[in-house]
Amino acid sequence: MQFRSLCNIPVGHSAYVKKLHTAGTMHRRLLDMGLTQNARVTCLYQSPAGDPRAYMIRHTVIALRTEDAQTVEIL
Amino acid sequence: MNTTKSSQCAQNEKPVVIALAGNPNVGKSTVFNALTGMHQHTGNWPGKTVGNARGWYTFKNQIYNLVDIPGSYSLVAHSAEEEIARDFICFGEADATIIVCDATCLVRNLNLVLQILEVTDKAVVCVNLMDEAARKHIFVDCNALSEALGVPVVATCAKKNDGLETICKTVYELTHRKDQCAPKTVTYHPVVETALTEIIPLIESATSKINPRWTALMLLQNDDSLLRSMEQYLGFDLKQQEPIASVLASCYSRLEQTFPNAQSLRDDIVAHLFKAAEEICHQAVRYENKAYMQKQLRWDRLLTGKAFGIPTMILLLLFILWLTVSGANYPSALLSDWLFGLEKPLSSALLAIGTPLWLHNALVLGIYRVVAWVVSVMLPPMAIFFPLFTLLEDLGYLPRVAFNLDHCFKKCHACGKQALTMCMGFGCNAVGVTGCRIIDSPRERLLAIITNNFVPCNGRFPTIISIITMFFIVGNAGIISSFLSAAMLTGVILLGILLTIGISKLLSVTLLKGVPSSFTLELPPYRPPQVGKVIVRSIFDRTLFVLGRAVSVAAPAGLIIYIMANVTVGGNTLLAHTAGFLDPFARLFGLDGVILMAFILGFPANEIVMPIAIMAYLSGSTLTEFENLSTLKTLLVDNGWTWLTATCTMLFSLLHFPCSTTLLSIKKETGSIKWTLLGFLLPTICGMLLCFLLASTARFFGLV
Repeated sequence: MQFRSLCNIPVGHSAYVKKLHTAGTMHRRLLDMGLTQNARVTCLYQSPAGDPRAYMIRHTVIALRTEDAQTVEIL
Repeated sequence: MNTTKSSQCAQNEKPVVIALAGNPNVGKSTVFNALTGMHQHTGNWPGKTVGNARGWYTFKNQIYNLVDIPGSYSLVAHSAEEEIARDFICFGEADATIIVCDATCLVRNLNLVLQILEVTDKAVVCVNLMDEAARKHIFVDCNALSEALGVPVVATCAKKNDGLETICKTVYELTHRKDQCAPKTVTYHPVVETALTEIIPLIESATSKINPRWTALMLLQNDDSLLRSMEQYLGFDLKQQEPIASVLASCYSRLEQTFPNAQSLRDDIVAHLFKAAEEICHQAVRYENKAYMQKQLRWDRLLTGKAFGIPTMILLLLFILWLTVSGANYPSALLSDWLFGLEKPLSSALLAIGTPLWLHNALVLGIYRVVAWVVSVMLPPMAIFFPLFTLLEDLGYLPRVAFNLDHCFKKCHACGKQALTMCMGFGCNAVGVTGCRIIDSPRERLLAIITNNFVPCNGRFPTIISIITMFFIVGNAGIISSFLSAAMLTGVILLGILLTIGISKLLSVTLLKGVPSSFTLELPPYRPPQVGKVIVRSIFDRTLFVLGRAVSVAAPAGLIIYIMANVTVGGNTLLAHTAGFLDPFARLFGLDGVILMAFILGFPANEIVMPIAIMAYLSGSTLTEFENLSTLKTLLVDNGWTWLTATCTMLFSLLHFPCSTTLLSIKKETGSIKWTLLGFLLPTICGMLLCFLLASTARFFGLV
């Protein structure tokens, strides 16, 4: 995909959500987790295999797989 | 606390039904336990409450039925579990709802609160984990929050029983007052609001059973699963009714100009919910220390890191099993000495009161002996393993296991949460199967359900442990030998885990084809476990429960074995006939007829497999007095056991058909005979295949 996504931020860095490029239930799930527009997300650490990674979203740590993180466009 | 459970209190009124809702992992079940005193199991991972747990408490002579609803992030359901939660909140007709929130991440919690307040105004918001928030220097102003939300807000720390009395009082006031609260309504996009004002009066005239504004909003959003539940609840399809249908149609076409698709409309609605939540938090919450996460982060980076993540997991498993094995040996011997010592007085007492000899023999040699075996072999490892495992659970380590292993599961096109259901399987496979509801995708859920049995449950541990200690570890005591037993047990479990992964992979490229779906997993903060409560809870809720089940199965099984061993047909006992019949078949797999028969009789509960085999051997042997565990090996060796028999029995114990309870759970969860059958066949075939290969190889090379 052409846009910069959550996958592109290195561990320890933060970004703001611009748009979700998902559909269906995952879309709403990500929204309900708090990934709405302009929400601040920090990548905290990664699992031994490097995927999934853990993100801080609205004071909670949420693990996302690369495939899902790729759908979150950031500013 | 004024929440007595005495039954003499006035029960003149019908019980008030209270729903307990909230995000996952906010201490909902702790609130539930503290209020009801009923020890329902809680765990520090999302999605612990499966199905609706119920309990009750009394306050001012009124009985309150409390329904613990599975945690969910939103009223828009994604998994089977969240559907249960949503349907109860929306259509369960509770008299009041307690919404439990986590004080440390209120914004996301308020998203759910605001959605629930759209459905009902009879709600109390309970801001839990206030102590954790204080430690993190997060301060919540409950008065400001209450004012902003328009419903009562109570600060609690359920772990320490703080604020629970206030909750009871608030619920009491809420259910007794006649006037209504005026909860905060979220104002949506002007286009949405215009549509709402058109639909609301129509719904008001069609039904009074549900909140019209919320219903209108749901109709606009057009969520199929919710509308189905709504239709069921109302008994008619609101959407198809005139004039609602035609007004809706015109609303849709107008909305389309602003929101080109249904998704953009839903996005906008959630965005408004979060905006409202943020505004409220801005007024009511103060964050004084931005760096409060540092300590947890350091631990997480270590426990999920490249270098230490996986090794720590294996070492922890090894350590727990070592504690179980070495800790269980001594009490096991004590228990069996004591129980078998009781046999003589019991026997003479029965004979003294004139019990006929045949009845005496059936009771003592049949039922009592098997039960004594089951108790002495099972109780000690369970009483050690369950509390230890519960401590890990309470600490919050298990979600990290899922996080570490997710990549592996993704490669098998499965879900990382399967690691959590496997952990539940260590306790009891039936619980693990039910626990699979936390997995969103139906395909991945099926994978997890069918493969759950590859993890040995606590009923199978004792069998495996006793075989390891008898046949593979030389010398009875000492740290080294107990460590070796634990290492072997870990090996057996790792084999089970590898097979789980392998079979999941196999299924996902054959019967259950599909791509891995998306995956979100909350990693809650580490929380200091409440050691005392954990021990009490795991012993009473789990250990005694499982033991009770095993004993109730063991008693009749003991009787059957006794009868089979003593009824002779054609010069041979029934037992000899059956074992002889099964023997040639069983030998193929390195077992013998008695072992296979024990596995078949152990179908209701795996715990009784070893005791049954032992009783069967005993009945045919000259050894009638049974002193202690150490004579057991002699008995088995006398009956032809070799290292191969031991290994194959162990393998077959790990890999054979699930117990009846687990199969029933599989049937219930999948709703299909086909998948239940597969759940039965897969492990059985795997076990037979492995045992057959091992036995043939060993025999071919003349190793036995």
